[in-house]
Amino acid sequence: MSRFEISRRSLIKTGLAGIAASALPMRIATAASPVTVGIVYVGPRDDFGWNQAHAVAAKALKGVSAVTVVEEENVPETDAVAKSMESMINLDGANLVLATSFGYYNPFVVDLAKKYPKVEFRHAAPLWSKDKDPKNAGSYFPYLNQAHYVNGVAAGLSSPSGKIGFVAAKPIPSVLSNINSVLLGARSVKPDATVRVIFTGDWSLPVREAEATNALVDAGCDVITCHVDSPKVVIQTAEGRGVKTLGHNASQAPLAPKGFITGAEYKWETIYKSFAADIAAGKTLPNFLVGGFDKDMLQNTAYGAGASDAAKKAADAAIAGLKKGDPIYKGTLKDNKGNVVVNKTYDNYDPYLDGMNWLLEGVQGSIT
Amino acid sequence: MIDVVQDGAVVTALIAMLGGAIRVSTPFMFVALGECLTEKSGRINLGLEGSLVLGAMIAYAGSFLTGSPWAGVLFAGCAGLVLGALHGFICKLPKVNDIAVGIAFMSFGTGLAFFFGKPYIQPQAPRLEAIHLGDWTGDHRLAQALEVNPLFFVGVALAVFMWWAFRNTRWGLIVRMTGDSAPAAKAMGVSVDLVRFLATAVGGFMAGVGGAFLSLYYPGSWNQGLSSGQGLMAVALVIFARWGPLRCILAALLFGAAGALGPSLQSVGISQGYYFFNAAPYILTLFIMVASARSKVSAREAPGELSITK
Repeated sequence: MSRFEISRRSLIKTGLAGIAASALPMRIATAASPVTVGIVYVGPRDDFGWNQAHAVAAKALKGVSAVTVVEEENVPETDAVAKSMESMINLDGANLVLATSFGYYNPFVVDLAKKYPKVEFRHAAPLWSKDKDPKNAGSYFPYLNQAHYVNGVAAGLSSPSGKIGFVAAKPIPSVLSNINSVLLGARSVKPDATVRVIFTGDWSLPVREAEATNALVDAGCDVITCHVDSPKVVIQTAEGRGVKTLGHNASQAPLAPKGFITGAEYKWETIYKSFAADIAAGKTLPNFLVGGFDKDMLQNTAYGAGASDAAKKAADAAIAGLKKGDPIYKGTLKDNKGNVVVNKTYDNYDPYLDGMNWLLEGVQGSIT
Repeated sequence: MIDVVQDGAVVTALIAMLGGAIRVSTPFMFVALGECLTEKSGRINLGLEGSLVLGAMIAYAGSFLTGSPWAGVLFAGCAGLVLGALHGFICKLPKVNDIAVGIAFMSFGTGLAFFFGKPYIQPQAPRLEAIHLGDWTGDHRLAQALEVNPLFFVGVALAVFMWWAFRNTRWGLIVRMTGDSAPAAKAMGVSVDLVRFLATAVGGFMAGVGGAFLSLYYPGSWNQGLSSGQGLMAVALVIFARWGPLRCILAALLFGAAGALGPSLQSVGISQGYYFFNAAPYILTLFIMVASARSKVSAREAPGELSITK
């Protein structure tokens, strides 16, 4: 369905300007709603991961009255995204465009925001800069590491050995923060817990992700979690090996009926609904929107068969604490090379943590 | 990071490499054997990456719809067969370059798979069962490493059969002759185009089966990043294996073991320089290629009709 629309749109855009001109007023005439949201995804909407999390929110947004949602998936981080955003604006009358992949921002979102000053653009990574970027563009980003902290708490009380395995894509700050938060969560309930990390080197390498999962189980880990684009392979492989699992990005509970504990999930729905409500009310959208449990932007997947009762109780308590703003990084903490990296208690949104380039003591792994 | 290396780390890493060799090598094996057959007949089919991805998708869909993973394997083979036959047919036309057609088929096969594979990313299809060969060892790591899929044995048997058939059967000799000298084959009254058409189609079938292994066994689900270039590497493995079916098996096993090196070293605590270890299979291929390219034997073993050797 969406494929057909893509080809039709691009056909109209590139060649048949006459048809475009006649189609345009028709579109506007039929679109009675004041808010039309265009959402662009980098991969398939049902990938059990990043894109699915956004698509679930888009679906929830469709239920809001007077909001129209147009979606396009599998849009590469190239000129293609500029074309598909432009067609959403010109043909579907989108007044809010949500670009959900990291590489969409510069130059595509920035350039289009300059070209269409009346359309609002928001991008799902903290990249907007107050000084350089247009005012009708902006960023939104929940701090998923808080939900990974809850994962860690649940894992600490559900794992007999306290050894957690983490399959990670690349050693960038947001990934490292998730790894460190799992460790801190686990250690808050089980002081000798450890996290063993394997970096695969890229966002989607299914065979290597499966190899990494097997290697972690062989090394004695009895809980596996990950930060890759689509956690399906990792969760399935771990379930096949009979170990417990923690999810990432979207709900992977159906993939692991025996060992699933809980998972760190985004709740983009909150953000998307607030954007739509602001536009409908004629208010200006925030340019930079970040948050966590305190702003209802995160959730943990409903507990699976792998979660012990003690784990459920402790994880619920951790969520309640994070809602109040309890800090995760409390000094003094050393990295796994012995340097002090956290010397005081940091707020969960402290900019210092955004530049994280260390793995805490207790994490076995190296970022280079 | 040596201080965190556990006791028995070397054993763990070796077991992981053994397991990796068996698990990861099968798709390489099938694609390499298919390409070996095609190249022996004097044609190169670079499009096997497309057949592999399409095979993976068709196998998953077939298994999901019929409930039988082996039906999925068969469908995957047939999908590969059709792509291979199309490649063979187009290359029969005058003044067509088989390498260019192959590149087109690579995109065509993957595009087709992505297009029709959309509804099958989410559902879970029945997967192929493994044969448990290591349960007697009492070591869960060894037991896991020795869980072998039947397709692995099919691949090994196929390689032995091809090795024997290339030497001892009329058909095998005809394929080799077509590949070494088309004029000689013509003089014998053999239809060069027909032999190459069949060799490409059957080679495509094997690549399709290799794809079925990816989606139905390991890693065992269909998604768009599933192959990440394995079909192309397998084509390179054929040259690396100097067009010998038995050496294709060795090359695939070696490649699989080298691929398991990166994750398994990190799991035992040797975590510095993982980018380097992850690149191990490619570095290994490069070294062996350089080493083998210097021998005169290898030049003699290349089929004479291949457009890259002409």
